[in-house]
Amino acid sequence: MMSEFLEWFSAQFYQTFIFEDRWYIYFAKGLGTTFKITIGALLIGVVIGVFIAVVRSAYDSQRVRWHGVGGIVLGLANLVCKLYLTVIRGTPSTVQLLIMYFIIFGSSQNMLAAAIISFGINSGAYVAEIVRSGIMSIPKGQMEAGRSLGLNYASTMRFIIIPQAIKNILPALGNELITLVKETSICTVIGLMDLTKGAMIVQSRTYAPWMPYLSIALIYLVIVLILTKLLGILEGRLRASDRR
Amino acid sequence: MIDVKNLYKSFGDHEVLKGVNEHIDKGEKVVIIGPSGSGKSTFLRCLNLLEEPTSGSIIFEGQNITSRETDINIVRRKMGMVFQQFNLFPHLTVKENIKLAPIKLKTMTEPEAEKRAVQLLERVGLPDKADSYPVQLSGGQQQRIAIARALAMNPDVMLFDEPTSALDPEMVGEVLELMKELAEDGMTMVVVTHEMGFAREVATRVLFMDGGNIVEQNEPKTFFANPQHPRLKDFLSKVL
Repeated sequence: MMSEFLEWFSAQFYQTFIFEDRWYIYFAKGLGTTFKITIGALLIGVVIGVFIAVVRSAYDSQRVRWHGVGGIVLGLANLVCKLYLTVIRGTPSTVQLLIMYFIIFGSSQNMLAAAIISFGINSGAYVAEIVRSGIMSIPKGQMEAGRSLGLNYASTMRFIIIPQAIKNILPALGNELITLVKETSICTVIGLMDLTKGAMIVQSRTYAPWMPYLSIALIYLVIVLILTKLLGILEGRLRASDRR
Repeated sequence: MIDVKNLYKSFGDHEVLKGVNEHIDKGEKVVIIGPSGSGKSTFLRCLNLLEEPTSGSIIFEGQNITSRETDINIVRRKMGMVFQQFNLFPHLTVKENIKLAPIKLKTMTEPEAEKRAVQLLERVGLPDKADSYPVQLSGGQQQRIAIARALAMNPDVMLFDEPTSALDPEMVGEVLELMKELAEDGMTMVVVTHEMGFAREVATRVLFMDGGNIVEQNEPKTFFANPQHPRLKDFLSKVL
């Protein structure tokens, strides 16, 4: 019984990973693509997210003080941001990716870029709301203290509010990162070979689903565990100022 | 130095300031007292436009700061403010709190700001706390650092918004003592407080606010010994 299983296992293992260097061509390269999409999308998402959060917070707290052109621009920017949040959060990310690749990218065929931009834009909507909640969690007195020293709104945000907000929202941001890593597997719909697509290709060659799919499940799990650990360490460092 | 003309401020339908007129000279130490809801904090916060007046004008060093053309951020550099809740920046060390504004606003170079911070920490009696974080300090110490932070911009006037109201009783003294020293150094000060002892001892002039206006003012001796307005008599009889 045991020896039969071992035999089956090693045959599956050989077919899935060793034969024709599949471990490298499909799994390692696929994992590389998964990382590229995640990191690229994360950067885009954070930039979009912080920008939108600041625009929305500024609109909520400052609109009475901004007169003339400044006020109109701020109002318009706030409207655009709200529209973006509504559309992105109201449609499936799979559909967004299909639109991005087949319509917006059209003839360009650059699957990786389409995936990175699409996931980045998607993630930005969620990051924006997380960052905004972080900004709102900082007591009003912090903004007043910064402004009373002569710092303008943007500098106070940058040097005083955002650094504290980031600390407060790190767990939620970590959550978003973990979601993002797993969500990149959606890119199989446009045919981009990430880790999941790699396993699908191997299965189509071997007709054996067990080994490839259970393996990538394990790989995703390990990535998430490592990220959780790293985020925990980062959080500990940022909490330095809370030590008594 | 500060000239307030016909200052009105409403929050929605609620009118808090009802046409305040006041003139504050350089070197004066003006203490504002009054019951809660009388508009004294709002008045103080209007002086550096943390609250935007509904109407009226505030002239500071010859400049109308309520005018749209005035860059309030430049004006605020010359007006230090100390808050009831200290409002130190919790993610920065004490020294970084003090150096932040002069460095970011480029009024000092890094070494100059460093030197000034060390000097100010000495001044407020907390040189050994330079690298502590605010949360590690007592309330009294935090407020002294907040004063140092405001002084780092070398302001011409210091505004105090109930600086001792959030402190444990045994820490009130150290903050008042520091403010007294500041007054003796010639700093122009506007102080909203409930500390009548401080008003008596340090103020050059005491203002009594009630119902959104200044109803009586005098030099402290006469102010406390011989109040005229019935509202002030009533107020003093309760707090003294």
